Amino acid sequence: MNIKILGTGCTKCVKTYEVVKKAVEHSGVNATIEKVEDIMEIMKYNIMTTPAVVVDEVVKIKGRVPSEQEIINLIR
Amino acid sequence: MIQHFADWLVYTVFGMNPESHWGEAVHFFFYDTIKILILLFSISLLMGIINSYIPIDRMRRYLATHKMYGFDYAIASFLGVVTPFCSCSSVPLFIGFVKGGLPLGVTLTFLISSPLVSEIAIAMFWGSFGWKIALIYTVSGFFLSIIAGMMLGRMNLEPHLSDWAKQAIKDKQLPDVETDTFGIPFHKRIVPIAREAWNIVGGVLVYVIIGIAIGGIMHGFIPTGFFEQYISSKTWYAVPLSVIAGVPMYANAAGVVPIMQVLVSKGIPFGTALSFMMAVIALSIPEATMLKKVMTWRLIGIFFGITTLCIIFSGYLFNLIF
Repeated sequence: MNIKILGTGCTKCVKTYEVVKKAVEHSGVNATIEKVEDIMEIMKYNIMTTPAVVVDEVVKIKGRVPSEQEIINLIR
Repeated sequence: MIQHFADWLVYTVFGMNPESHWGEAVHFFFYDTIKILILLFSISLLMGIINSYIPIDRMRRYLATHKMYGFDYAIASFLGVVTPFCSCSSVPLFIGFVKGGLPLGVTLTFLISSPLVSEIAIAMFWGSFGWKIALIYTVSGFFLSIIAGMMLGRMNLEPHLSDWAKQAIKDKQLPDVETDTFGIPFHKRIVPIAREAWNIVGGVLVYVIIGIAIGGIMHGFIPTGFFEQYISSKTWYAVPLSVIAGVPMYANAAGVVPIMQVLVSKGIPFGTALSFMMAVIALSIPEATMLKKVMTWRLIGIFFGITTLCIIFSGYLFNLIF
């Protein structure tokens, strides 16, 4: 599984990355986490608000910091 | 109630003298910090609820498919107010709006009101200057964004978008149809909204504390009316000078407003201070670099120029009224 966090590096994006990292650790799911900070790359996902969480190339969460439980539910 | 708590904490627990400079400064610090944090949480909560019922992509589609006769500027400005501002969202929002068929002027209105009137700015103004000033700030920020956007909309600026933005806009593939969020009951919405509001408070806490601490120290030590001898509302160049000084500055409303509140109480004219704060909050060098991705320098210059002019004008207006 591949998880991407889209965001140009604001505090919310950093926080999202931490939440996702924890969720992956706690769930035991085998996943690679990737930060996408280049705005041109981000725009390819057609989103309007960051941070966004992309799981296997599908945008799952946009514009807010998710909770750890939310991410666990998404990747399990 | 907060007043009693601060009184008790500073004068009874810390045993400080209410008459002393330090006593006054420390009291000001605790009273204002607690008040502002409570306000910030409540306002973030309220805006989060409004925001949850009008998702931004749905509004974008609505604006693009309905003829609004200028009313679209008002909606864009309102949307900017209730959308929690994050500097890194400005480019995706910009592309998304223009691509969705919204006029450039309407998009720019959103881009001005979003940072200018945020939950943080409103809470800071309410906590430092009182609710009347907060209301005046919100309403004038709302209209200022509309007016500046309308002026920019008439200038035919589309050719000055960056090549990448033009390319991205041509690709007409729109964001996926959002899942229907209208069926979600209120009690399920409120938990993430409250968490988000809590995050906002946590995110600016340190700026609030620093701003109020500096303000508190100045409050205790600068004599009342100190600035009146240097600057008054009759000094005609004070407004443009302070606005232009404020434009490149990058600071959070949380840090600036408490300091300005003290300066106003010591004699800086209110309109001058307000327009300075607007310039600091709305425009900055980092914002310009962010926009460079979608605009040419020429367009950024025009955008900043018109917004600055509107802020200067409102500064004169406020000095006339107060």
